[in-house]
Amino acid sequence: MEYRLNVPFSVDEIRDLKAGDKVFLSGTIYTARDAAHKRMDESLDKDGSLPFDIKGNVIYYMGPSPARPGKVIGSAGPTTASRMDKYTPRLLDLGLLGMIGKGKRSPEVHEAIVRNKAVYFASIGGAGALLSKCIKKSEVIAYDDLGTEAVRKLTVEDFPCIVVTDPEGNTLY
Amino acid sequence: MTREVNVSEITEALAEMCIKANHFLSDDMKAALDKAAEKESSSLGRDILSQLQENLDIAGKDMIPICQDTGMAVVFLEIGQDVHLTGGNLEDAVNQGVRKGYTEGYLRKSVVNDPIIRENTGDNTPAVIHEKIVPGDKVRITLAPKGFGSENMSRIFMLKPAQGIEGVKTAILTAVKDAGPNACPPVVVGVGIGGDFEKCALLAKEALTRSTDGHSPLKHIKELEEEMLERINETGIGPGGLGGHTTALAVNINTYPTHIAGLPVAVNICCHVNRHVSLTI
Ligand code: SF4
Repeated sequence: MEYRLNVPFSVDEIRDLKAGDKVFLSGTIYTARDAAHKRMDESLDKDGSLPFDIKGNVIYYMGPSPARPGKVIGSAGPTTASRMDKYTPRLLDLGLLGMIGKGKRSPEVHEAIVRNKAVYFASIGGAGALLSKCIKKSEVIAYDDLGTEAVRKLTVEDFPCIVVTDPEGNTLY
Repeated sequence: MTREVNVSEITEALAEMCIKANHFLSDDMKAALDKAAEKESSSLGRDILSQLQENLDIAGKDMIPICQDTGMAVVFLEIGQDVHLTGGNLEDAVNQGVRKGYTEGYLRKSVVNDPIIRENTGDNTPAVIHEKIVPGDKVRITLAPKGFGSENMSRIFMLKPAQGIEGVKTAILTAVKDAGPNACPPVVVGVGIGGDFEKCALLAKEALTRSTDGHSPLKHIKELEEEMLERINETGIGPGGLGGHTTALAVNINTYPTHIAGLPVAVNICCHVNRHVSLTI
């Protein structure tokens, strides 16, 4: 099946997604890689805060190449998701509903996806030039000092993904 | 007779090579991708391969890096023994070239200063530099920016001689299967067999810079390359790890003599963005 979805979304809106479905995402998503996840985890330990409202939102595991002058962003494809596994169940339990990356996840993440009726998408690794065309706006909102690993708020239009793990826990890989 | 080469020439060459390698793949890599797209039987797999082709077109046309992970710069230098390098320190010149290319080319800075403390160096230096002294009066530079999604899935196996060629086959298959979707298939598999612990790893990395349409000059190794490519493509991992025939575009194997007690095998996996450019000064 093919779906078009707006982000943020609700558990109801993603309930019918099945592993293998093609989904085009539009709306706002946030980027974070290992270093940003570590900081978010520390921030949660310290005062329970996060740099953005995580409820119903999607994190894209991505660190772009720098934008050329006048461009929104550089190359912008997914990074390997398993490096975020250590931090992910906590974020899912706080309301995160979607992740975009590539590669397999840990059993703990899998369980947290099912427990929270969330979804894990893959986008195509190594297609960063193509995927950058779906990103219409990009703004660093936290951890600027991390460079490419800073948290960015992205506005996307018809960003192509494939459902790898659906809310019931079926998995494609 | 010695020939003088100013290291600033190496700096300038490398800066351009960094930009070129990250926006254009070599012709053999492009041809391998085109051939795979024609042959792929899974429709999702075909879909993904055609998006990879489109991605390559956009990268070259709009000067957007093929992949956002523009890699750690791996630099091979073959320096003729009749060359006298002038104008400064060679490794500084190499790093200056990488710094210039990655900054002026809007490439991602993905290097941290210390593996534990992990602060970004901000200019993608230092490079990983391998120097070799060879006969002649030329300097040959090969740059291979290496992405870490696939680098992280690379392995070394210290096999026993009794495990023989079957052990080597199992090692290669194990590494590719464990890598699965993480290494951004279709992959190119660089294999080093022989030498010692570090030599086999270097052989594997060098094998990745070989053309994907050629084979080892050794008959038994050529046969091993062909058999492994076929077997890897029977795993069903497929483009993007989402199923299909095209799991690898090529298996390149380099060998070296080894010790009576050992059979080292290194499997260096590279994604479909297998970047390498060479230039002779
Ligand atoms: S493994 Fe290769 S294609 Fe995949 S993200 Fe890394 S550099 Fe890009």
